[in-house]
Amino acid sequence: MDTAITNILLVGVGGQGILLASEILSEAFMLAGFDVKKSEIHGMSQRGGSVVSHVRFGKEVFSPVVPEGQGDILFGFELLETYRYLSLLKPGATVVANDYKIAPPSVLLGQAVYPQALPEKIKATFPDFLLVDGQGLALRAGDVRAANTVMLGAVSKRLQIADAVWQQALEKMVPKKALEINLKAFAMGREL
Amino acid sequence: MKEILSGNEAFARGAYEAGCLVASAYPGTPSTEILENVINYKEINASWAPNEKVALEVAIGASFGGARALACMKHVGVNVAADPLFTASYTGVKGGLVLVAADDPEMHSSQDEQDSRNYARFAKVPMLEPADSQECLAFTRLAFELSEQFDTPVMLRSCTRISHGKSLVELGERVSGLPAPKLVKDAPKLVMLPGNARVRHPMVEERTVKLSEYGDSAAINRMELHSSEIGVICAGVTYQYVREALPDASVLKLGMVWPLPAKLIQEFASKVAQLFVVEELDPFIEDQVKAMGIACQGKELTTLCGELSPGRIQAAFDKAGIIKVAASEAIAIEPVPPRPPNMCPGCPHRGVFYQLNRANAYVTGDIGCYTLGFMPPLNAMDTCVCMGASISMASGMVRALPPEEQKRVVAVIGDSTFLHTGINSLMEMAWNKAPATVIILDNRITAMTGRQENPASGFTLSGDETSMVNIPELCRVLGIKHVRVVDPYDLDATRLAIEEEMNRPEPSVIITNRPCCLIKGADRFEKGKVLEVDQGKCTGCKACLRIGCPAIEWKPNPDGNKGKAFIDPQLCTGCTVCQQLCKFNAIGGRK
Ligand SMILES: Cc1ncc(C[n+]2csc(CCOP(=O)(O)OP(=O)(O)O)c2C)c(N)n1
Ligand code: SF4
Ligand code: SF4
Repeated sequence: MDTAITNILLVGVGGQGILLASEILSEAFMLAGFDVKKSEIHGMSQRGGSVVSHVRFGKEVFSPVVPEGQGDILFGFELLETYRYLSLLKPGATVVANDYKIAPPSVLLGQAVYPQALPEKIKATFPDFLLVDGQGLALRAGDVRAANTVMLGAVSKRLQIADAVWQQALEKMVPKKALEINLKAFAMGREL
Repeated sequence: MKEILSGNEAFARGAYEAGCLVASAYPGTPSTEILENVINYKEINASWAPNEKVALEVAIGASFGGARALACMKHVGVNVAADPLFTASYTGVKGGLVLVAADDPEMHSSQDEQDSRNYARFAKVPMLEPADSQECLAFTRLAFELSEQFDTPVMLRSCTRISHGKSLVELGERVSGLPAPKLVKDAPKLVMLPGNARVRHPMVEERTVKLSEYGDSAAINRMELHSSEIGVICAGVTYQYVREALPDASVLKLGMVWPLPAKLIQEFASKVAQLFVVEELDPFIEDQVKAMGIACQGKELTTLCGELSPGRIQAAFDKAGIIKVAASEAIAIEPVPPRPPNMCPGCPHRGVFYQLNRANAYVTGDIGCYTLGFMPPLNAMDTCVCMGASISMASGMVRALPPEEQKRVVAVIGDSTFLHTGINSLMEMAWNKAPATVIILDNRITAMTGRQENPASGFTLSGDETSMVNIPELCRVLGIKHVRVVDPYDLDATRLAIEEEMNRPEPSVIITNRPCCLIKGADRFEKGKVLEVDQGKCTGCKACLRIGCPAIEWKPNPDGNKGKAFIDPQLCTGCTVCQQLCKFNAIGGRK
C-alpha cells in the first residue's frame, strides 16, 4: 500500500444529511482496510448554516482535518456551498455536486441574488466535474430522501473500493426499511 | 474488534470499560455527546445536571461514596464548576473521579476560547490530553486508575476536533473486581475546614511532584525520534497536525499536559538542535519549558488565537525560515453570499424578537438558539456574556440609568439557561427591586446543543418521565409579583405583554409557552397547517420578510416589477406568525 492519503470534503447546508453520508463513507473505508479519520463541526452550524465534513483515508492518517488546498474530492450537496469551498481543493481535484439550490438568508430577504452559472464556473476551474440530479434520480429510485445516496454512488465510482464493501457499509448505516431504495439509489449514482 | 468512533463516543466507552458507575454533565458543545453515549451502557447511572457545578458535585459525591464517577462539560462549564473542583483537589477521591473539559479553539460554537489546561495547573490536578479516539478511550481508563493511585481528581482535555473527530478504536472489556461503594467516615480527608485543609495542601503539592516523576517514564509521554535538527513538543490533536506538517521532525508527544515531565523534557531537548513547542491557544507548555531554563520557540511562530492545522503550522515554520514549503496554487472564487445559521422555520423565539425590536427594547441577551435574535432582520439583542448573565446584567443596568431608559431594559433567557444560572439572578432582581423586565423563552428543551431534557421538560436523560419545574410558580416564589405567560405565536398578545411590562416600574417576568419545533413526539410539538402566499393578493410589501423565516423566500420579478413572497411548503410549520404580519390577507392555509 502506498502512503498517499485521499482527502474528501463533504459540503452543504445544515440539516441536509451530510453527517450520515460522511459516516457511510468512513465505514466503507474502514471495511476496505484503511485508516480513516473524519471531522466536522456540530452546534451552531446545524441551524441552516454552511457545513463542511472532512473524511480522510489511507495507510496512516494523522490530522482529522484536510490540510488547506489538499482536497482530492469535493462532494457537494448544494451548489452555492460547492462553489464556496472550491478553495479547499488541490488543482485537478474531482468535484461531484448535487444540482440543488437552497437560498441563503440574504437571498431569501431579496437583498442578494443566488449566484448564476455556478456549474459553468466550477467546470472552468475543475474539469473533472460531475453535476448530478440527485433529487430527480432519487425520486426514480423511489424516495426523494435518497438523494444523498445517489450522490454517494456517484462519488463511489471515483474511489477504488469494491462493490461488496459499499453494500456492506450501506447495510450497516441505513435503517432496514429504507435499505432497498437506498441500494437502488446508490446503484443509479454509481452508473453516472 | 475495531470500530470507528468519535472522541465523545470513545470517552463514553472508556468510562464504561473503567467500571464507572455514575456520570453527570450539563450539555455544551463539543462535550454533549459524551453523556448521550454513556446512556448506552446500562451499568452507569447517567443524568443531566442543571449546571456544571452541580454535575461535578454529583460526581464528587459518588466518588466519596466509593464509585468511579465522571463529569463532562465544555470549557466554559469549568468556570461554573471551578469552586468544587479546587477543593476536590484537596480532598482527593474515594472512587476514581474524572472530569472531561472540552475546549473549542476557533470558537466554532462558543463565546470564548479559554484554554482549560490552565485549570489543571490552577487547581493542581493532573490533566491528560488524548490525540485521537483510541486515546480518548485509553486515557479515560487510565485517568480513573491515576485518580485512585494518586488520590486526586483527574482532568481530561478534549477539543472540538477530538470530540467530534472520528477514528478507529480497538474496544476492550469492562474492568471487574472494583471495591463496592460504601459509606466510610473520613473527616480529616473529606471535611475541608482550615484545620484539615492545612494538612491536605502539602499533600497536594507532593502529589504534583510525584505525578511529574510518573510522567517522566509513563508510556503516554513518548519521544518519537527522527531528525536531530528539529524537535517539537506537542500534545492532543496538535500532535497529529505536527506529524503531518513536519514529518521529519522528532516529536515529544505528551499524553499528560499537567504536571509536565521535567526530566523527559530535558532529555528530549538534549537530543535536538532546535526545540519548538507547538500548541493551540496559550503558551502553556512553552512557558514552563522556558521556566526550566530550556531554550525553545513557541508562540514566536504560532498564533495565540484559534485552531492550528497542518497548513498553519507549515506556514509558520516556513515564515520563520525553518522549513521550506512549496507554494501552492491558490484557487480564486468570486465573493458569494454568506450562509450564517438561522432560527428554524416556525421557531417560537422569532415573534418575540420581532416585537422587542419594534418596542425599541435594549435587550440583555443570553446563550441559546435565541442568541440568533441579534442577527438581521430581527436585530434585537444587545448583549451576550455568559449563561445566566442576561437577568443580572439587566438588574445592574437599570440601576445605572435614568427612568426613561430603565424602561427599555429587557432580559431574554431560555428555559435551560434560566434553570442553569438564571434563578439566582432573578432572586437578586426581585430582592433588590430592580425594575427590569425578564422574558423567559420556555421552549421546553435545551435546544441549542441538540435538544437535551432539562429540569422543566418533564423527562430525564434516559427519557424517563419525572418532575417538572413550574417556571411561573418558581418566579413567584423568588419574589416576582408580576408574572405572565404569553403565546409567542400570538404577535399582538406578545406585543401587549412586552409593552405593559416594560412600562411597569417594577420587576416583572413574561414566560412564553411554545415548544421548540424540533422536539420529537407529537405530544410536545404539534405542527400547524402549512401556509401559502396567495400570489394574486401579495403586493410585494415585504412585511412578512421582517421576521427572517427561512421558509419565506422573496422572488424578484424578472420584468422589473415588484417581486412577491413565496412560502416553501416543505419548510413551513404553520406557526402563523407571518400571516399576522400581512396587511393584505395574502397568507392563508395551503389549499
Ligand atoms: C457554562 C456554559 N455551559 C454550557 C454552554 C452551552 N450552551 C449554550 S446555550 C445552552 C442551552 C440553551 O438552552 P435554552 O436556554 O433552553 O435555549 P434554547 O437553545 O432552547 O433556545 C447551552 C447548554 C455554555 N455556553 N456555557
Ligand atoms: S432548534 Fe428549536 S429553539 Fe432552536 S431555532 Fe430551531 S425551533 Fe428554535
Ligand atoms: S407560518 Fe410563516 S413564519 Fe411560520 S413557519 Fe410558515 S412561513 Fe414561516
